[in-house]
Amino acid sequence: MTMEDKCSVGIVETQSHTFAQLPQEMLLECGRGFGPITLAYETYGELSPAKDNAILILHALSGDAHAAGFNHPHERHPGWWDIMIGPGKAFDTRKYFVICSNVIGGCKGSTGPSSIDPKTGRPYALTFPMVTIHDMVNAQRALIDHLGIDQLLCAVGGSMGGMQVLQWVVSYPERVRLAIPIATTSKLSSQSIAFNEVGRQAIQSDPHWKEGEYYGHPTPRRGLAIARMIGHITYLSEKSMHQKFGRKLQDKAEYGYDFRADFQVESYLRYKGDHFVDRFDANSYLYISKAMDYFDLAQPHGKLEQAFANVKAKFLVISFSSDWLFPSYQSKEIVSACRRVGAEAIYTEIQTDYGHDAFLLESEQLSSLITNFLTHGRKGAS
Amino acid sequence: MGDLGEPIRLDNAGTTVRLLPEHRVIMDLIAEGSRVLDLGCGEGDLLLALKIKKNVRAEGIELSEACIQACVAKGLFSVQHGDLDEGLANYPDKSIDDVILTNTIQVLHRPLFLIREMARVGRRCIVSFPNFAHWPVRWQLFAHGRMPKTGKLPHEWYETSNIHLTTIIDFREFCHKAGIHILQEIPLRPSGPGRRSVVRFAPNLRADSAIFVLEAGPAMIANPAPAL
Repeated sequence: MTMEDKCSVGIVETQSHTFAQLPQEMLLECGRGFGPITLAYETYGELSPAKDNAILILHALSGDAHAAGFNHPHERHPGWWDIMIGPGKAFDTRKYFVICSNVIGGCKGSTGPSSIDPKTGRPYALTFPMVTIHDMVNAQRALIDHLGIDQLLCAVGGSMGGMQVLQWVVSYPERVRLAIPIATTSKLSSQSIAFNEVGRQAIQSDPHWKEGEYYGHPTPRRGLAIARMIGHITYLSEKSMHQKFGRKLQDKAEYGYDFRADFQVESYLRYKGDHFVDRFDANSYLYISKAMDYFDLAQPHGKLEQAFANVKAKFLVISFSSDWLFPSYQSKEIVSACRRVGAEAIYTEIQTDYGHDAFLLESEQLSSLITNFLTHGRKGAS
Repeated sequence: MGDLGEPIRLDNAGTTVRLLPEHRVIMDLIAEGSRVLDLGCGEGDLLLALKIKKNVRAEGIELSEACIQACVAKGLFSVQHGDLDEGLANYPDKSIDDVILTNTIQVLHRPLFLIREMARVGRRCIVSFPNFAHWPVRWQLFAHGRMPKTGKLPHEWYETSNIHLTTIIDFREFCHKAGIHILQEIPLRPSGPGRRSVVRFAPNLRADSAIFVLEAGPAMIANPAPAL
């Protein structure tokens, strides 16, 4: 993809909105009041005069507000969902006003554990409150209010982004017309919590972590890299790993009989881990992964269908056949609950070998489903 | 299939669909504004026709991902990718007015299980199937000693997905065993391209297909979950 690509949104600037200024703190799910809160966000396209074409994109664990285009002319890669956002793409910026918001707890321009606590003048570190998916959504609601949008045409996201989509339609049923939760779940399985916990343990076991008080000192790079490596394994399928790497060796013809990376898959994971630590804060990883673990949409309501009782949105629920982190049955549970309360929901499982990460990859099926759903959904009365 | 008639224009916007002859008959059975679930809804033509012409709440379940894509392209908002052999656990009892199963029961692994699921979920069930006792089928087996191939059953025996073929008489008995009450039988025979007319005389011999309208009978209501 090049800058000249006419399907690109081009150069975009990450913006930010600060709210919950003291003493008007935002009440968090854990019971603590918290503020001020800054959220980083980007927008693409134009808000219609009727303000009825806004689409909120919600990102996954390691994502950020930079979903499309380039932040500067020499940036090597476009935003994380550039394949889907732009003129003529599924989220067509000629028709829609697309917003991508970062989450509270993050480290990419929003208030998180690496931010400076105005009360102490030092980074929050572990004094940062425990935030939940619900808190992320409440913070985004403040941003959507700030942008003057009463009702979103659509909320969409994959993985943890999909959890936020579900929380949006449950918390603010009047404010979302169309919901597209992708490769997601209404609650993490024990297995997924287990993988998150191993990631957190890797960070916390790193001697540089120092109970989170590492700012201004060497950071827990090894721990965070290992957490990312574990995460990355769960995002791929066995088949896609086999196809990509097999048992191929990296830059050598024979085994080295030592503990350097022999296999391509080892060197790939090391690269992914090392690359990640340059752009992500270890404490943010702890907080956000814990927020995912806590997420259980049904829990305050008893049953999932009761959570959906007042939902107004139409759903397009998408899962991927080879996703074993958030398997299809978890998406079917969401659809099931919609059916039981009479909410309209389309469900499809896309056949793919790419595992959980398939939602980030170019897919004709995914694009055309979303394009058609938005086109017909926008026509229907709100 | 291959038996689609002329395209039917549904609205002033120029939306058209092509319906199977059975679908045209089924259209007339559906009440205005009802909630309809089409099992094996394919590309959603019947659902779209019912939605526009009869203002129904149209829902569907379909095994093929490509068909779901086609349904979404038609603006159908309640279609679900799924396997009918897994049943209808998503649907509460009597939550649907009419549950439709056209030309599909013969491919199911557990037809008894699904028909009971349909009768549980639907106030009425509408089931169509090819009649294996239709005379050309009988003739091919009787006179030639060959596995029958007809317009309704076009595949070679080793390629067909039709594993549970039935006849009108056998289907009646099947409903009885399942505790299901038959409200109406509509045996059909071809009467011109894309058309079917009702067979009044010797239906099990002369009808190439049949539509049955069903509901849960007292036996099924008394004993909702026998071992299947």
